[in-house]
Amino acid sequence: MKSIEIKDLSLNFGDVVVLKDLNLSVEKGEFLVLLGASGCGKSTLLNCIAGLLDINEGQIFINGKNVTWYEPSERGIGMVFQSYALYPQMSVKGNLSFSLKNAKISKDEIDKRVKNASEILQIEDLLDRKPAALSGGQRQRVAIGRALVRDVEVFLFDEPLSNLDAKLRTELRVEIKRLHQKLNNTMIYVTHDQIEAMTLANRIAIMRDGLVLQLDEPKTIYNYPVNKYVAEFIGSPGMNFLKGTILPDDKSVFNLDGGWCQSLELSNYKFHEPIKTEKQVWLGVRPENIVFGDKAENMPVKFNLEVEVVEPMGADTLVWSKIGGQEFRFIVDGTTTINSGDSALVGFDPIHSSIFDLESEDRL
Amino acid sequence: MANTTHSQSHESPRGPKPRKMLSRRNIILYGTLIIVGIYYLIPLYVMIVTSLKGMPEIRLGNIFSPPIEVTFEPWVKAWAQACTGLNCDGLSRGFWNSVKITIPSVFVSIAIASINGYALANWRFKGANLFFTILIFGAFIPYQIMIYPLVILLRDLGLYTKLPGLILIHTIFGMPILTLLFRNYFASIPEELFKAARVDGARFWGIYFRVMMPMSLPIFCCAMILQITGIWNDFLFGVIYTKPEYYPMTVQLNNIVNSVQGVKEYNVNMAATLLTGLVPLFVYFISGKLFVRGIAAGAVKG
Repeated sequence: MKSIEIKDLSLNFGDVVVLKDLNLSVEKGEFLVLLGASGCGKSTLLNCIAGLLDINEGQIFINGKNVTWYEPSERGIGMVFQSYALYPQMSVKGNLSFSLKNAKISKDEIDKRVKNASEILQIEDLLDRKPAALSGGQRQRVAIGRALVRDVEVFLFDEPLSNLDAKLRTELRVEIKRLHQKLNNTMIYVTHDQIEAMTLANRIAIMRDGLVLQLDEPKTIYNYPVNKYVAEFIGSPGMNFLKGTILPDDKSVFNLDGGWCQSLELSNYKFHEPIKTEKQVWLGVRPENIVFGDKAENMPVKFNLEVEVVEPMGADTLVWSKIGGQEFRFIVDGTTTINSGDSALVGFDPIHSSIFDLESEDRL
Repeated sequence: MANTTHSQSHESPRGPKPRKMLSRRNIILYGTLIIVGIYYLIPLYVMIVTSLKGMPEIRLGNIFSPPIEVTFEPWVKAWAQACTGLNCDGLSRGFWNSVKITIPSVFVSIAIASINGYALANWRFKGANLFFTILIFGAFIPYQIMIYPLVILLRDLGLYTKLPGLILIHTIFGMPILTLLFRNYFASIPEELFKAARVDGARFWGIYFRVMMPMSLPIFCCAMILQITGIWNDFLFGVIYTKPEYYPMTVQLNNIVNSVQGVKEYNVNMAATLLTGLVPLFVYFISGKLFVRGIAAGAVKG
């Protein structure tokens, strides 16, 4: 049985269409991340699932039950918000037990559940404090605890880590993952942070303008982005895009725009459909898939370029250069000696590249 | 080397920058403030001084001189004996009338306005914007336009010249501004709190009483100050919608001060005026503290 199923969901605010004919299903115990830039409709979708927004069209099923017209509290969901949304006048214990009191659950049971949740989240010592006396990380734990005590099937996270500093974010990210492994609940997690998406998700849905562009496992999205937008969104530093023409022959020869004299043979690239005519394309190569120096000798595609800027980042070094006037970046090991002005031999395997149509920007 | 010796020498600047007390800026700033302060306090001084003098001393005509012989007679007289028409029980009756008018008016108007504001800010029901616009429009209509229609309305309801009628009037006239106040305050509370409460199973009243209200002490205080002082100081509605038996303190004060029989007792008039002003003054003093505490208690950084 599917944990969550969304059928033909549409939502508009007045004339503005926010979500359009959206279909989505989530397996039991799955960790689905909704990823996209701000304004893509990911938080709106989450609010629709939670029942906090009335939808205009479509149906929502949770655990096989049609909850389209249910109140948020009747849907069997727990939700964690970006700003924590703790009730400031209540103690941590009051915050955790608020929903249980509303559901008229007995006092013993409330105490038991609060104790259990606070043990899991290691906030037992904080139960009598007010939210104002907690740090950001502690507040977010309490917010997670509030969803936890309700003993629900589905957890909804609305950018829960965005208000935390970088170090805490990493810590809590791992904790959320641990929590998921322990509870094995269905979790839907909204974020604009691709690292969170990649690290947490079983599957990622990349959204843009109210549409799901790609719904796949993180690896698939990373290696085989369906279009240029997805390719740009995932990966840091971002993918290199080279504008050029591809010829319809066996060797898939790629000629860079701007009069670079060398042609690249992308013969082992797997096209969805064979190229029949000469085509304007974007050739996308991730900086981390480019090798440098001796290793480049064995690559199917290799060429020389001049190093412009070197950015050491500790473990790695990001190297900026240009080919045929187009920006081209690659990553080398942090121990490599490389200076601006050097000439470098680099290469890559076309199997790890992506080719997109110049017009439609879809993967070819 | 030269650098280190320089930083250790006594002449080199260190610590807070010295400021001259009698700089031109300070003289102008404090001078203006003191003059304005005196300007505002002189009438109060004259009133207090006069109210503590006996009539013979007042006839000497030195209104600024402190009383030679302090007497509380005028205060007692103003409270318990001053005459308005046939009644000679002073301001005390007016005081209790004002209390009977102010307390229910303040509670009813704030209760209704806060619920209005909450519904408008959080439950965006159909027509909410239209309703809000009408209400705001109401805030800008001059009172005088509505006086006569309201007389008829109250008469038909059988409440004209009765205390509940006046309470209803105060509730109606307080509604636009109070609703605006509460709506804006509730709208400034993060929406996620409201959403969280809904997910947690609280409904309309549950969210209002257990989430919104405890967070809104400052605005309730603010509305109370506005309403208590406004209603206590009201003269017009008190005169129009009640009869002498129910006249609020302000109306009674006017009648005492303006009564034409006998000698003008300035000391009694001053004492009566000060008595009438005590309640709003008292409210300002205690609520100032409460206000600050309210803000501090409700604060949680996002």
